[in-house]
Amino acid sequence: MSVKQISIFLENKPGTLNELTDILAGNKLDIRALSLSETEGFGILRIIVDDVVETCSVLKDAGYVCKITPVVIAMIPDETGGLNKVLSILKDANVNVRYMYASLGGKGLHRALMIFKVDNEILAETSLREAGISLIEQTDVDTI
Amino acid sequence: MMERYFQKDIECAPREQIIALQNEKIVKQVHHVWNSVPYYKKLMQDKGLTPDDIKGIEDIHKLPFISKKDLRECYPYGMLGAPLKDCVRIHSTSGTTGKRVIAFYTRNDLDLWSDCTARALVAAGASDEDVVQVSYGYGLFTGGFGLNDGAVKLGCLTVPMSSGNTDRQIMFINDLKATVLCCTPSYAAYIAETMKEQGYTPDQIPLKAGIFGAEAWSEEMRHDIEKTLGIKAYDIYGLTELSGPGVAFECSDQNGMHVNEDHFYVETIDPETGEVLPEGEEGEIVFTSLDKEAFPLLRYRTRDISRLSREKCSCGRTFVKMMKPKGRSDDMLIIKGVNVFPSQIETVLLNLGYPANYQIIVDRVNNTDTFDILVEMTPEMFTDDIGEITARQKQLVSALKDMLGIRANVKLVGPKTIARSEGKAVRVIDKRKI
Repeated sequence: MSVKQISIFLENKPGTLNELTDILAGNKLDIRALSLSETEGFGILRIIVDDVVETCSVLKDAGYVCKITPVVIAMIPDETGGLNKVLSILKDANVNVRYMYASLGGKGLHRALMIFKVDNEILAETSLREAGISLIEQTDVDTI
Repeated sequence: MMERYFQKDIECAPREQIIALQNEKIVKQVHHVWNSVPYYKKLMQDKGLTPDDIKGIEDIHKLPFISKKDLRECYPYGMLGAPLKDCVRIHSTSGTTGKRVIAFYTRNDLDLWSDCTARALVAAGASDEDVVQVSYGYGLFTGGFGLNDGAVKLGCLTVPMSSGNTDRQIMFINDLKATVLCCTPSYAAYIAETMKEQGYTPDQIPLKAGIFGAEAWSEEMRHDIEKTLGIKAYDIYGLTELSGPGVAFECSDQNGMHVNEDHFYVETIDPETGEVLPEGEEGEIVFTSLDKEAFPLLRYRTRDISRLSREKCSCGRTFVKMMKPKGRSDDMLIIKGVNVFPSQIETVLLNLGYPANYQIIVDRVNNTDTFDILVEMTPEMFTDDIGEITARQKQLVSALKDMLGIRANVKLVGPKTIARSEGKAVRVIDKRKI
């Protein structure tokens, strides 16, 4: 099962990110992983949180436009060639990666988490699992 | 549905009858102005005219024009055509395009004006059975009182809401089962958007018609409002200088506005030369008040660009139709030397599925005009795919360039970050200091 990522539209100007983190902090909502993509005029913030429903509703009430997008989160052994192995599995399965970002999977755990936006989540997940790569489920998000 | 009229005898009168009435009224009105407005008397004298030179409506082209500049020079009492003791009310323009204009009304002026707005209400399908919510601003602005007085005259239950406090507007629409809404089109769009957000579907909204005027709006915006509120939306035209809304109004045909020709004589002129154009050609619209007492303007140049049509209308009215003005030339921007009307931008936005709420920001950097259009991101438009968003942005830029002939920089901004208007929308911010 893929994990629900929240994508949020932000204007590209000083303070917009902080306004958003203020709201999340004020509502005691935790960000587990994030990535920010920017264009000249606007940006998209992508976040992984424990409570997707609550976070979305808080953001919508605060006037943000956001969308839930499925992503695949793979646990990668923190060692040389770890990412390479995962990517070659996806290549062999002919899965296209649209974007990806990393999260340190917790101190001392010797693993990293890679968050993938792919064109076919089901295929990506089956191939990774078959190759012995552990995936993070929605229910595991609070543990990362 | 059988077409209904407020004053059928005049609204559907044969052309000859209207001309005869105009002939009679113009002779009388020119004498009235000559005797009561020294400023205009002097304009006539400068052209070597006396009232006797105007023997009928066909002589009207001899008369001098009145422009906004004249009204500024005459401020406040210079165009007054009746003793102050006979005047019972004033209204005023917002003064956004220069000094404000104060218009005066006698009791009779108000009476005729409310006839005009009552005609507009009936043309929009209203009768004494209706609950009319007037959400135009009340006060110096003509919108609120203008539609209010027409609705009262027609016998409608009239709700004098004025603009603002949108939640309360929606509460009254629901609680009183308001059937007709009168306000600016931008405020109608805002009420519609808010009701949609609150989960109302068109069939749950009691409104059946809306009369929206006082600013330029596009056909696309009309369709949006009609769809969201489940109503028919009618345009209405007017100027404070002539009375207010109701100079011309739309009928069930929804294609052009009938000019109340028994009260206003309309001409189209070449804005450059002042030459009268044949009926049907596009040009600047000029109005003459045929029977206003307190503020009797002859040949007032509106700066509005439009054309007239005398094609037979399906509604049965014989009054000439004035097409929706392209925009008031006061609204027109000159950017990089090109004429830009905000209504053109609105058309492009709505055609491509963007909300009608937008803002144009013009500035000048290093002697070159900059032209930014702010457009709000909506949940419908937003996607996680940046490529898709920027592709849409590019499509919008190119559609705007096709329409305007110049390139605008489209900036996507957060939802609801452009201020919503409760009166006339602030569409343009011109920061150029010239």
